[in-house]
Amino acid sequence: MSVSVSMKVNGKTATGNVEPRTLLVQFIREHLGLTGTHVGCDTSQCGACVVHVDGKSIKSCTMLALRADGADVSTIEGLAKDGTLHPMQEAFREHHGLQCGFCTPGMVMSAIDLVKRHNYKLDEKTVRHGLEGNLCRCTGYHNIVKAVLAGAEAMQAKGV
Amino acid sequence: MSEQGIGKRVVRKEDQRFLTGKGHYTDDLQRIRQTHAYFLRSPHAHAKIARIDTKAAQSAPGVVAVFTGADTAAAKVGSLICGWVVKDKHGEPHKAPPHPALAVDTVRHVGDTVAMVIAETEAQAKDAAEKIVVDYQELPAVINPAKALDKGAAQLHAEAPGNLCYDWELGDRAAVDAAFAKAAHVTKIDLVNNRLIPNAMEPRAAAAEYDAGSGQYTLWTTSQNPHVTRLVLSAFVLGIPEHKLRVIAPDVGGGFGSKIFIYAEETLLTWASAKVNRPIKWTAERNESFVSDAHGRDHVTHAELAMDKDGKFLALKVDTIANMGAYLSTFATAVPTYLYGTLLAGQYTTPAIHVNVRSVFTNTAPVDAYRGAGRPEATFVLERIVEQAAREMKIDKAELRRRNFIATDAYPYQTPVALAYDSGNYAGALKKALEMADYDGFEKRRADSKAKGKLRGIGLSAYIEACGLAPSAVVGSLGAGVGQWESAQVRFNPTGNVQVYTGSHSHGQGHETTFAQLVSTQLGVPLDQVEVIHGDTASVPFGMGTYGSRSLAVGGSAIVKACDKIIAKGKKIAAHMLEASAADIEFKNGVFSIAGTDKQVPLGGVVFSAYVPHNYPLNEVEPGMDENAFYDPANFTYPAGVHICEIEIDPDTGVSTIAKFTAVDDFGNLVNPMIVEGQVHGGIGQGIGQALLEHGVYDEKSGQLLTGSYMDYTMPRADDLPSFDVGYQVTPCPHNPLGVKGCGEAGAIAAPAAVMNAIHDALAPVGVKSIDMPATSSRVWQAIQRANTKMAAE
Ligand code: FES
Ligand code: FES
Repeated sequence: MSVSVSMKVNGKTATGNVEPRTLLVQFIREHLGLTGTHVGCDTSQCGACVVHVDGKSIKSCTMLALRADGADVSTIEGLAKDGTLHPMQEAFREHHGLQCGFCTPGMVMSAIDLVKRHNYKLDEKTVRHGLEGNLCRCTGYHNIVKAVLAGAEAMQAKGV
Repeated sequence: MSEQGIGKRVVRKEDQRFLTGKGHYTDDLQRIRQTHAYFLRSPHAHAKIARIDTKAAQSAPGVVAVFTGADTAAAKVGSLICGWVVKDKHGEPHKAPPHPALAVDTVRHVGDTVAMVIAETEAQAKDAAEKIVVDYQELPAVINPAKALDKGAAQLHAEAPGNLCYDWELGDRAAVDAAFAKAAHVTKIDLVNNRLIPNAMEPRAAAAEYDAGSGQYTLWTTSQNPHVTRLVLSAFVLGIPEHKLRVIAPDVGGGFGSKIFIYAEETLLTWASAKVNRPIKWTAERNESFVSDAHGRDHVTHAELAMDKDGKFLALKVDTIANMGAYLSTFATAVPTYLYGTLLAGQYTTPAIHVNVRSVFTNTAPVDAYRGAGRPEATFVLERIVEQAAREMKIDKAELRRRNFIATDAYPYQTPVALAYDSGNYAGALKKALEMADYDGFEKRRADSKAKGKLRGIGLSAYIEACGLAPSAVVGSLGAGVGQWESAQVRFNPTGNVQVYTGSHSHGQGHETTFAQLVSTQLGVPLDQVEVIHGDTASVPFGMGTYGSRSLAVGGSAIVKACDKIIAKGKKIAAHMLEASAADIEFKNGVFSIAGTDKQVPLGGVVFSAYVPHNYPLNEVEPGMDENAFYDPANFTYPAGVHICEIEIDPDTGVSTIAKFTAVDDFGNLVNPMIVEGQVHGGIGQGIGQALLEHGVYDEKSGQLLTGSYMDYTMPRADDLPSFDVGYQVTPCPHNPLGVKGCGEAGAIAAPAAVMNAIHDALAPVGVKSIDMPATSSRVWQAIQRANTKMAAE
C-alpha cells in the first residue's frame, strides 16, 4: 500500500507515493535524491539526519514522511543562496569544523537552529551542550565549537 | 602562491561539497535496476547450524535471491583472509582457521553472517529475512580473553587447539632476568586495555555491479584502501581476475582502521552481483556495525619495570593476552605483535625488554587495527608503569622520564625491540608541554581543588609511534603479505592544469588539499589548478591506501618523486626551447631558466609544447607530461611527543572533568598545520573516549553485545570533551623528501595514558591504587568507596 505525501522542500513542492512506514529521511534521500542528509544510526542518537521542519531542527529519522505532509522542510542543499554559502557553512570551512563530512550536514543544520534559539548569544558551554545530539567521530568537536561560535557572530552580523 | 604552499593553513578544497550536501558516499548511489541486500546474522555467540530453511523467504514479495553458506561453499567462495603471518616462539606460523563469508555449519559470534537476502527494496529484503528459519544448537561460548586459554574453556576452532592463535615473543629474556635480579626497585602493574568499537559515523556500505558483456565487476565500498580490497578479493577470495574487478571507494565517512579490512558483506555482494546479474546495494544499520565491524584493543597485560636506585630503567617485561575475536580479520595478527611489542621501548633507553603475547580466539566480533593499532596499547602499558614507578620511587614523574630519555644526539637509535629510531627530541617536547600545561603551578591548583572538596590530578604520556607504514623489505621479513610502498601519478593537461592520482585514500584527512599544496609548491602551479584524485582502481594506477599515518610520509613522497620526474623531463624540453644544454637549466617557482641569464620559459609553455610537439626534441624526449612514481620508505617514521591531562574529580559523584589537555607533538615538518591540528584533536577525542567513556562489553554468559547501540556504547559528545591546547616540536624526518612523520594516530595513542595517569594521580591521596578504563563516574565512585572502607578498616 502506498500513500501520497506532499511538502515543501527547500522552497519547492515535493510530492511522492510512499509506503506508510517511510521515514522523512528516506523520502528526502531516496525519493527526492537529496543525499546530503545522512543516516548514521538507528536509535535517533547521532544527528546526521537533522533537517529543519517548519523552521525547527528535527532528526528526520524519527519522523514519518507522512507526518511532514504539508510542512516546510529545508535540508543542507537549500542553505547556500545563489552559490554563496550560509555564514554557518562558511564558518565550518574557515575553522576546519569538518573532516570526513558525514556528520557535517546535520551539525550545520543543528547549529543554525541552536544559534536562533539562543538569539545569537552563545558561549562554548552552550554550544557544547546544544550539540549534544550530534555525534562527530573525526574532529573531537574542538573546531566545530569554534566554527559555531564564529558562525553565530557572522549570522548576526549578516542578519540571517 | 606561497600563501597556499607547504606550511600554510589552507582551507580545504573538499569542504565545498561536504558543506553543501554534495558529497558522494556509497549509500548515496542509486544504480539502474538496483536491488538491496540484507544479512541475516547469528543471534547466538556460538552454535551449530542444524538446518536452514529459506523456502518462505525465497517466495516473499520482492525477493530476488537468498543465499546461505551452502551456496557459497558450493560455488567455492574462498575464506576471508588474514594477510600477515606471525610466527610464534617456535617459528610456527599462527593458526589460521577458515573464515567463511557466510557461516557454513557453525556460528562463532553474535552478528556472524548466516544468510544473504536480495530483494527489490531494503524493506522487502528485511521482511523476507524474518521468514528464514534457522535451527541453532547452542554451544558454550568464551568471551573473556583472560579465560580463553583456561582448561575446559569453550573451543572455537579445531585448527586452533586451546583457542591459541599464537604464542609470540620479542626481546632477550635472559638479559631481562639478569637485570631484574640486580634491580633496586621493581614496579608491577596489571592492566586491561578496554575493547573499543570504532564507530566511524558513516556505517559500512557497499554496492556491486556485474557487466555480463565484459565480465567486469564494479564494487563501490567504504574502504580506506580500494586497491588492497581488489587484490584480496581477486587473488585470494573470489578468484576474479584482478583486471576484471574495479573497486571504488568514493567519499568515505571516517574509517579509523575499521574500513581497512575486507569483510564478508562486500565479498558476498560482489560474488552475488553476477549470480543475480543486477546491481546490489547494502548499507549497515548501526546495530550491524556494532556487531560486525572489527573492534579494537582488548588486551589483558601484566608488566614489570626494573630500576636502579636512581630510577634508571634497567629492564621491562610484559606479558599480554590479546583478543582476536572469533575469526582473524585482515591484519589482526600484526596488531598485538609488530605494532605493539616493537614500541615498548617508548622514548627510553631501557636496555633489556622482553614481551610475550598470546593471541586468543573468543566468541566475539573480530578485533583488528583501530586508530593507533598496537601503539596505543604499548604506550598505555609503558606510560602507566612509568608513572606508577615515579609514585613508588617518590621521583617527580617528569624528572623520572628525563632521566631515561634517549638523548637528542643518539640517532639512529637501535632499541632492544627491533626498531631503529631515526630522529627525535623528547626532552624538548616535554619541556614545551610542561610549560604549556603550567606543570609548575599544578600543586597550587591541586590545593585549590582540595579546598573545594575536589580531587585534582595531572598525568603525562610521552609516546612514540612507528608510522609511515612501511619499508616493504622489513615488513615482508616479519610476515606481511604485501608491499607497503605508495604510488602517484602527476599528469599535466595541455592547458596547464594538473591531475594528481594517489593510491592513498582520504576519508576525512584532507588529501585533496594537502597533496595539492605539495604539488603547488613543487611545481609552482596555483592550488586551484591542481586536482587530487583517489579511491578508484580504474583511474589510480596502484595504491596501498591509508592507515598507519602513512598518507603524507609515503603517498606524499611518491608525489614528490613524480614531480621530480616532471621537472627532469621539463628541463630537457626547456633546453631545446631555449637552445641550451639541459644541465644549464634551472627550475624555480614554475619557471625554467638558463642559469645566470634572464632567458626563461614557464612550465605551462613547456607542458603545451610537450602536447603540441611541433618544435620539440622528439628524438630525445617523448611527448606528453605525465609521470608515475612509486615510493618505498627506507624506514618507519617515528612521531613522538608528550600529552598532559589535568583532571578534577568530584569524590561525591565520581564525575571527572578535564580541566586542561595539552599536546606537544613532533610530526616533523607540517604541510597544512590546520589539518594537522584537526587530526590531533580527533585523535585526542577518541583517546579520551577510551579512557573515560567507551567500552565494548559482551555478556560473559550469553555472549550478547551489551553495548550494541548509541544508547549503551558511550560515544564522546561535545559536552564530554574540553578544548585542547596543541603545540609542536619539529624534528624533520631524515629519510623522506618532505621530512614528515605522520599525525593521524598520535592523539589516540597518547591520550588514554595521560588521562588515566591524571586519574590515578588524583585518586592516590584517597588510597585508590588501580582503576581500569573506562574510568566512568560509577567506577571512580566505587573505587573511592572501596578505598574508604579499606582505610577505615585499617
Ligand atoms: S540517523 Fe537520525 S539520529 Fe542518527
Ligand atoms: S567530520 Fe567525520 S564525523 Fe564529523
